[in-house]
Amino acid sequence: MAIITAEHLTLGYDSQAIIKDLHFSVNAGDYLCIVGANGSGKSTLMKTLLSLQPPMSGTIRFGDGLKQNEIGYLPQQTVVQRDFPASVREIVLSGCQARCGLRPFYNKEEKALAEQNMERMSITHLADRCYRELSGGQQQRVLLARALCATRKVLLLDEPVSGLDPKVTAEMYQLIKDLNKEGITIIMISHDIDAALNYSSHILHIGEHIFFGTRDQYLHSKTRRMFLEEEKGGEA
Amino acid sequence: MDKIGLYLQYPFVRYALIVGVLIALCSSLLGVTLVLKRFSFIGDGLSHVAFGAMSIAAVLNLTNHMLLVLPITVLSAILLLRTGQNTKIKGDAAIAMISVGALAFGYLIMNIFSTSSNLSGDVCSTLFGSTSILTLSIWEVVLCIVLSLAVVVIFVLFYHKIFAVTFDESFAKATGIKADQYNLLIAVVIAVIIVLAMNLVGSLLISALVIFPALSAMRMFGSFRAVTICSAVLSVICAFLGIMISIVAGTPVGSTIVAVDVAAFAICYVIGRFGKKA
Ligand SMILES: Nc1ncnc2c1ncn2[C@@H]1O[C@H](COP(=O)(O)OP(=O)(O)OP(=O)(O)O)[C@@H](O)[C@H]1O
Ligand SMILES: [Mg+2]
Repeated sequence: MAIITAEHLTLGYDSQAIIKDLHFSVNAGDYLCIVGANGSGKSTLMKTLLSLQPPMSGTIRFGDGLKQNEIGYLPQQTVVQRDFPASVREIVLSGCQARCGLRPFYNKEEKALAEQNMERMSITHLADRCYRELSGGQQQRVLLARALCATRKVLLLDEPVSGLDPKVTAEMYQLIKDLNKEGITIIMISHDIDAALNYSSHILHIGEHIFFGTRDQYLHSKTRRMFLEEEKGGEA
Repeated sequence: MDKIGLYLQYPFVRYALIVGVLIALCSSLLGVTLVLKRFSFIGDGLSHVAFGAMSIAAVLNLTNHMLLVLPITVLSAILLLRTGQNTKIKGDAAIAMISVGALAFGYLIMNIFSTSSNLSGDVCSTLFGSTSILTLSIWEVVLCIVLSLAVVVIFVLFYHKIFAVTFDESFAKATGIKADQYNLLIAVVIAVIIVLAMNLVGSLLISALVIFPALSAMRMFGSFRAVTICSAVLSVICAFLGIMISIVAGTPVGSTIVAVDVAAFAICYVIGRFGKKA
């Protein structure tokens, strides 16, 4: 059974539609890549999945016992204030906040979970460092660890590798793939079609033509061919 | 030293110290959040609203100004936050409108209806803080203690939630934290603090009391907890020193405290610049 199902989804701002009549569904354990040109509405779709923004029409259903607050989220280049004083540990722990409900303080399990996720992202040695003094790649790891604290099931990643160098990018992709192997469903926005095809199980292509299907279907689809031609045309 | 000991024997000096230190503590606690959320201007706007309310209360000859000023300021805090979020009108423009409007309105009312012979003195003391902190009644001291305790307790209980909402509001919302409710809570608490602080430094200098300790602490520390604790400690020390100096030297209380805060900021800036960040 699908954990997320979108039907007849129309998204936009101020009654101006950006994406029309979108259908897709995500099963537990999937690795879905969302691709498309700048401004095609990828981030908007993700915000809608997170209920940060209502859809203009259509529905998103969560199934299989997935609750809305069980989704981990890695934002696209958070404009976290540049001078925000926060240590890595404080940020990772804040991912557990939703579990707390009204309880004012973190309990032992949540603290252990934060430590464990820092371990997983190999940032334990940075735990007491100030976030604003870290490199871009390290910051992404911190935010990923925070997202992992918020979920055991689904991760939504909005361009997790933008601004990272090729080596760190490859590490990041590997990290995400490993998480997927551990059973976490991944929904990732990416500009890097090659990587998307390399790692994902499903592709959602947003643009003039919407495509949703498995990776293999996408490889042979018309959308991809047209997209490739467009890109070539753009480069020429 | 002897002189200070002598002064401390007077109850009004003790009252002033208790109230001053508590207010400084409260305003510094939320100062960090306000500065980081780029909300510092809300403090400014609200203090002007409180000034307007204060002048109405003065004209109506209410025995207890707080009863009118507190609800009006809390209400405006909620309104300001709403307009800042929902409309396309720039939030800071709305705040500028309301605050300047309230300021002018308050002065107008005082001018037309006031029976006081020393009008400009009254206005000046509402704006820049008066010696009224030295003439506090026991009732005001108790109210201040109760409200500050409430602020501190709320802050401690919601510390982690305030952090989450301040650091990354959309992540907080996405994971199901009711960020709007906490923003509302922050606004209400700020309104309470501002009304309290008006007695101490007057409505024009409140922003200084809220912002300076936070900015000073941010020069020196890199974690939210350390910054919060440091700004609370700094603010309390500065308020204590400021009140003592003003009593001994006979300077205006509010401006003296702010001057000490500015000096502390300069010291922290130098330490942060040349020392190693903790
Ligand atoms: N808050 C907003 N109000 C109005 N329009 C918006 C808003 N945010 C985005 N848009 C518009 O919606 C469209 C889609 O934006 P979105 O951020 O979803 O694109 P994207 O696919 O994520 O692009 P990118 O690859 O650059 O991240 C754009 O045309 C943008 O101008
Ligand atoms: Mg985007």
